[in-house]
Amino acid sequence: MSKKKYGFTLISVLLVLALVAVGCTPKEESGSSEGSVFRMNLATEPPSLDPAQVQDQVSATVVNGLYEGLTRKDEKGDVVPAVAKEWKISDDGKTYTFTIRDDAKWSNGDAVTAGDFEYAWKRALDPNLKPAASAYAYQLYYIKNAEAYNTGADGVTADDVAVKAIDEHTLQVELNSPTPYFLGLMSFTVFYPVHQSAKENEAWATDVSTMITNGPFTMSEWKKNNSITIAKNDNYYAKDDIKLSKVVFSEVNDSNTELSMYQTGELDYAGMPTGLIPNEQFPTLKANNPDEFKVQGSASIYYYLFNTTQKPYTNEKIRQALSMAISRQDIVDNVTKGGQIPAYGIVPPGIKGEKDDYRTEHPDSSYFKEDIEQAKTLLAEGLKEEGLTAMPTVKVTYNTNELHQAVAEAIAEMWSKNLGIKTEVSKQEWGVFLDNRNHLNYDVARGGWGADYDDPMTFIDLFSSKSGNNNTGFANPEYDALIKEAYSTDDQAKRMEAMSKAEEMVVGTRAIMPIYYYSTVYMIKPGFKGIFIDYKGDIDYNRGYKEAK
Amino acid sequence: MVRYILQKLLFMLVSIFVLASATFFLMKAIPGNPFQSEKNIPPAIQERLNEAYGLNDPLGVQYLHYMNNLIHFDLGMSMKQQYVTVVDIIKTGFIYSLQIGIFAIIVAIAAGVLFGLIAALNHRKFLDGFTILLAVLGVSIPSFVVAPFLQYVFGVKLRWFDVAGLNDVTDFIMPVLALSFLPAAFIARLVRSSMLEVLSADYMKTARAKGLSGRVILVRHALRNAILPVVTYIGPMTANIITGSVVIEQIFGIGGLGKFFVNSITNRDYTLIMGLTLFYAIILMLARFLTDIAYGFVDPRIKLTRKGG
Repeated sequence: MSKKKYGFTLISVLLVLALVAVGCTPKEESGSSEGSVFRMNLATEPPSLDPAQVQDQVSATVVNGLYEGLTRKDEKGDVVPAVAKEWKISDDGKTYTFTIRDDAKWSNGDAVTAGDFEYAWKRALDPNLKPAASAYAYQLYYIKNAEAYNTGADGVTADDVAVKAIDEHTLQVELNSPTPYFLGLMSFTVFYPVHQSAKENEAWATDVSTMITNGPFTMSEWKKNNSITIAKNDNYYAKDDIKLSKVVFSEVNDSNTELSMYQTGELDYAGMPTGLIPNEQFPTLKANNPDEFKVQGSASIYYYLFNTTQKPYTNEKIRQALSMAISRQDIVDNVTKGGQIPAYGIVPPGIKGEKDDYRTEHPDSSYFKEDIEQAKTLLAEGLKEEGLTAMPTVKVTYNTNELHQAVAEAIAEMWSKNLGIKTEVSKQEWGVFLDNRNHLNYDVARGGWGADYDDPMTFIDLFSSKSGNNNTGFANPEYDALIKEAYSTDDQAKRMEAMSKAEEMVVGTRAIMPIYYYSTVYMIKPGFKGIFIDYKGDIDYNRGYKEAK
Repeated sequence: MVRYILQKLLFMLVSIFVLASATFFLMKAIPGNPFQSEKNIPPAIQERLNEAYGLNDPLGVQYLHYMNNLIHFDLGMSMKQQYVTVVDIIKTGFIYSLQIGIFAIIVAIAAGVLFGLIAALNHRKFLDGFTILLAVLGVSIPSFVVAPFLQYVFGVKLRWFDVAGLNDVTDFIMPVLALSFLPAAFIARLVRSSMLEVLSADYMKTARAKGLSGRVILVRHALRNAILPVVTYIGPMTANIITGSVVIEQIFGIGGLGKFFVNSITNRDYTLIMGLTLFYAIILMLARFLTDIAYGFVDPRIKLTRKGG
């Protein structure tokens, strides 16, 4: 039995020795080499790296390096040729003819052909795609017959979908209606090409060895649930423009750890879109690392929805009163503190308008202003119309999240102080919250919306009466008519005018209460250039590089 | 003995069946679905997805289907991570949880017994008080405080170890220490008190009177008896450490199984929720079962079977 004691002693001694030995080993300083590796954090494992199946920012962040569409966007947000070297648009704005560049290649050396795009798009629309239909297939509905095929309409087959490879280098696409932002959509994941080897192996996108990609990078290593490494693709047609040899994605789901990793040099980039820097650290980081701490607007909006089918929120004046009695500036300055912009409309800055930024051409300051006195009058009038003597307790619901809670509490405080209204804030688990919101089972609920494409329509469309995401009960035939008008033409001036009118209507009747436009907060190590955040807050590292010191 | 084991195993099977059924219906009772997001997908596509994952079937049919697969040891595919089976997720994640778990158990036992002995042998002296202080701290400071503290001191300030990840041997040190802190403190207290009790027992006096050497007395007579409470504790501790490393894994960025336990529910990844619940349940039951058996070996006074034996 004395063996037991020796065992313990031995293990203890070994462990102590191990600790000492390890403590003495000097840590090698990373980043001192070529500097051509870029390390960032995804926070979680991407659910899918198949372009047809991507529906979240984490997956998109990796896939955007692995694949390239017909066009891409440069740092200024302009559409530039990518796999397509040129294109023609018919006079009615409905037929697009793309010419594929001769030197476009897959990572295994095969040529990227027009047929690969036809295959990929029809694959994404395939209602019987395995393991399940693509959730983002509706982004392809601009193409003639795409919706009918995807939803399984009788007699419509893949052959009816109006995308066709005329020859190896020519792709022709026919749209339902003129869509001025269609070219910009080509850099969206669901429009990326897919190598036709996917036909033989449905699970190809889960294994490094079967992933053939056409972008600046290709899969190098995938430690499931830990990290992903992508390496420069030597078959990429513009490989000389690609300066990073590798991009390493961590999957650390803790904002404090992420920041520590950045500070100790284990990461070159921390924060959004896929990571997070703790809110309470913003002021310190801003003061101590002004060159590394960046805040940039991103095309997303944070708002509250009113349930317009529920009394007393059926009353427009009461909704207006609530919306006018808060101070958005105070919320962004003292609660969220991340450089957000107070919102009085639903289209954030950064979305293209006719010539300039839509928000600059149609400022949201004209829609309404905060005014406590007027809010009080409106509330009194509204209550009278509803035959109420006092405002019932307002129930604000949001999904569990510290920031949502802080915002809700601040708003409750403002309503109480400015209007004498009692507010009850309650958090709900994500799925429960969405279910309640979808079924109009709430008074006031939190909402957020990000751009899918670079056009105001991506926000305006949200409140049309047939939108599946209009969870307010707001339905207005005039609003729908304005949207129809905007869809029918490719005259940008007319479209923007119609959309601005529609926006004024939804904000004017206060079906929603806009609060702020989101911002992207991130930190990047000095020396990294050409890595940027696009208009909707996605990161583009493809043409990044590290300056030699 | 054999009868006892068979009895226990049968009981485990029944428990698993009850647990699986309860979890299945509870999980289906929560609103939501695996494809939910801020942006609703068009109803036609939603319908397709439900169809593909069999979510349109009546609840009873879904249940029978799941149980049938379970009997054939098929836990199904994750509904969130495409083309990844639940078994694969458990396998890849559990390796990490198990690695840090085993090290933590070894460290906890070794350190706990060592400190417990030191305290007992120096009863009422400085070393005793010091160890007790450490143990009280260990038991009362939660791991989510210990972990960031270690991370800040050794990772950020001293730069001895990487802040996160599990890429080389040194990366194990901080998570293992954080994970073993509490059980080590607990074991130290157990060993100390039972050691004190044993040391004052009559047979110890007899042993000393026989003129046996101090070491023999300590090992053969004292420690063997004093270790018994620790053996009882090993079972629950093992289960706790292996299934309870969620916080430590999150803080140290380790891709273990812990994070899926919470994520799978948020994502309504039904197959993964079921798979993980059952997997953890089996680990807990096995740990208890093995403890019972081990106890019989260490202490011959304990009979596993109630009647005769």
